[in-house]
Amino acid sequence: MNRQDLITTAQQARVKQEQYKRRVCVCCGAGCISSGSEAVLKKLQEEVKSRGLEGEIEVVPSGCMGPCNQGPLVKVMPEYTMYQKVTCANIAAVVQSQLIEKKPIEDLLLFSDSRPKAFVNALEDPFFKKQHKIVLEDCGDINPEVIEDYIVRDGYKALDKALFQMSREDVIGEIKNSRLRGRGGAGFPTGIKWETVFKYVADQKYVICNGDEGDPGAFMDRSVLEGNPHRVLEGMAIAGYAVGASKGFAYIRGEYPLAIKRFEAAIKAAKKQGLLGPNILGSNFSFEVEIRIGAGAFVCGEETALIASIEGKRGMPRPRPPFPAEVGLWGKPTLINNVETLASIAPIINRGGQWYGAIGTPKSAGTKVFALAGKINYSGLIEVPMGMTLREIVFDIGGGVPGGREFKSAQTGGPSGGCIPKEHLDTKVDYESLVSLGSIMGSGGLIIMDDTSDMVDVARFFMEFCMDESCGKCVPCRVGTKMMYDLLSKVCAGHGTLRDIERLEELAVYVKESSLCGLGMSAPNPLLSTLRYYKNEYLAHIDRNKELEGVSHA
Amino acid sequence: MKPKKSILDENLSRSDPRVKQIIAKMKKENYRPDALIEILHTAQNSFGFLPMSVLAFVTKELKVPPSRVYSTVTFYHFFSLKSKGEHTCLVCTGTACYVKGAEHILSEIEKDFSLKPGQVSPDNKLGVSTARCIGACGLAPAIVIDEEVHAKVKPEEVKNMILSKIGAQV
Repeated sequence: MNRQDLITTAQQARVKQEQYKRRVCVCCGAGCISSGSEAVLKKLQEEVKSRGLEGEIEVVPSGCMGPCNQGPLVKVMPEYTMYQKVTCANIAAVVQSQLIEKKPIEDLLLFSDSRPKAFVNALEDPFFKKQHKIVLEDCGDINPEVIEDYIVRDGYKALDKALFQMSREDVIGEIKNSRLRGRGGAGFPTGIKWETVFKYVADQKYVICNGDEGDPGAFMDRSVLEGNPHRVLEGMAIAGYAVGASKGFAYIRGEYPLAIKRFEAAIKAAKKQGLLGPNILGSNFSFEVEIRIGAGAFVCGEETALIASIEGKRGMPRPRPPFPAEVGLWGKPTLINNVETLASIAPIINRGGQWYGAIGTPKSAGTKVFALAGKINYSGLIEVPMGMTLREIVFDIGGGVPGGREFKSAQTGGPSGGCIPKEHLDTKVDYESLVSLGSIMGSGGLIIMDDTSDMVDVARFFMEFCMDESCGKCVPCRVGTKMMYDLLSKVCAGHGTLRDIERLEELAVYVKESSLCGLGMSAPNPLLSTLRYYKNEYLAHIDRNKELEGVSHA
Repeated sequence: MKPKKSILDENLSRSDPRVKQIIAKMKKENYRPDALIEILHTAQNSFGFLPMSVLAFVTKELKVPPSRVYSTVTFYHFFSLKSKGEHTCLVCTGTACYVKGAEHILSEIEKDFSLKPGQVSPDNKLGVSTARCIGACGLAPAIVIDEEVHAKVKPEEVKNMILSKIGAQV
């Protein structure tokens, strides 16, 4: 494919899409599939065909639409009418009423069972209205397995622009201008990372897409890879061009078979179209991408451990510097970016860094995808501008806590993050303010807990995770997490003393300050943040012990 | 001196379709030692787990020290040195599932089948394990029975869900 072919393909696909009066998307993200959406898709296709409507109505599988809890979801375009919990039994009614008589089915509309009045146009619902979708803008609308669906939405246009209208310095400048920061959690400025790799001279450089979404309670990367794999591929190719790499690796968790399957299909399709491989779009830039499947080790999200894993070794981190930008995969300069970061690249190139930088807060530009889960009414995948308050996310978008219970805590950043109490619900969500609360932005898992959660047990849960996942290379992490876990278990069991709490506080500082990599350095965060905001619960466990002691001494 | 014993045991030969799959993968990867993890994925897919004889075979073919293969296998949760059972029930214990009561599901399974995570029933019919997070957090608590994800599972339903799988294929 050359440049003209890309335009022709887009035009042809557009004409083809415009032949249809309506497009019906059935969510085939992993969540909706487990709720039975594949059967719904098949039934809907059959029904449309049997009524002779296949020339007017296009039925396609799509990626995640967001409100996973309400699945299987069906969306009718262009009205943007969404139906929830659709079963095969509803299909005939949907076709008859919505598609033929053009009357929405009130009882089946999205959120019809929980809102006083559901919206016929789902975009007017607060769940969507408050969101700002950039990374997810096409996710849920396009068929992830059809490359033309992506091309029609300006897909690979950014790559074309970068290759033919921009120098490598221009591309890096645009990314710097956007003030995009790494979406994997640490928030390092992406443009500076690219520039660093660009500056090293080497015969070979690599781009790695970090799709080892290890945080429990996080499924953003999974949904992006499943819902719009080409966006990530395009980001990788642009990154490759900018830093001077001809080879990319996508490291995807083994737990995500569907994401791997769709990404593989995307690579194949892009190669076939000449959007990957030698001389992309007729330029002199060549870029290949290979998938590496993770084998279930949390620490492999750490960049040096991830590199070791791609090299076929135990995923153990090594001290930095040298950073992978200088000495990375097989000793070569390597750029490692998270899935969401790479998925943000194409819109920045298309619309300009300045446009992106104007969204969000001065220090944290753009949008962030969150996986909203736990004790919340509307769990699912959302994308909001940086700087939105937690209260808006939890109550306006998420619909608050179910069962008449009270909101207690929002956990961000997984095992590396912390628990934010309700006093801080009005905090603006950005990198800095979350750190000041003792948590981190993390990759985007946002777990809501209600008043039934025991926060000491939550700390124990995360410490157990870190203890198991510690690679064992450095002592502070290997031994420290175990010691802290034992102490937390002791407190949870009601055998703790005040001295144990002091010990926990001491150990937390040692582990934080002396561990080799991010896993150990951040492992005490859940403990420290629960100690900071919920110390009374620790003390309650200890008082229980005192009472027991009193009994036994009597 | 005794004749050198084949690295594959009696029940396993190069013509075994499962071994053939591994050989094909190794060829595709040009016997590069850094493709070890990819090759182990293939081996585990075809055998269901990684028997020692298969590890020894991979070691020899890739010309890497046995310690390297063994240390890699034991490092990653995904690889298992023993059979996971004909049917598997994987309980997600990620944060969302934890908050929504994954432990009740595990205790229900223990009550009904006397199996703890990591254990396989004596007849090798059912293996129970846990996962750190399968990414189905919006639908917590989730379990995976034979690669099929079940969402919003109630502890009291688990027994029948598992029995219908095991029963259906006995």
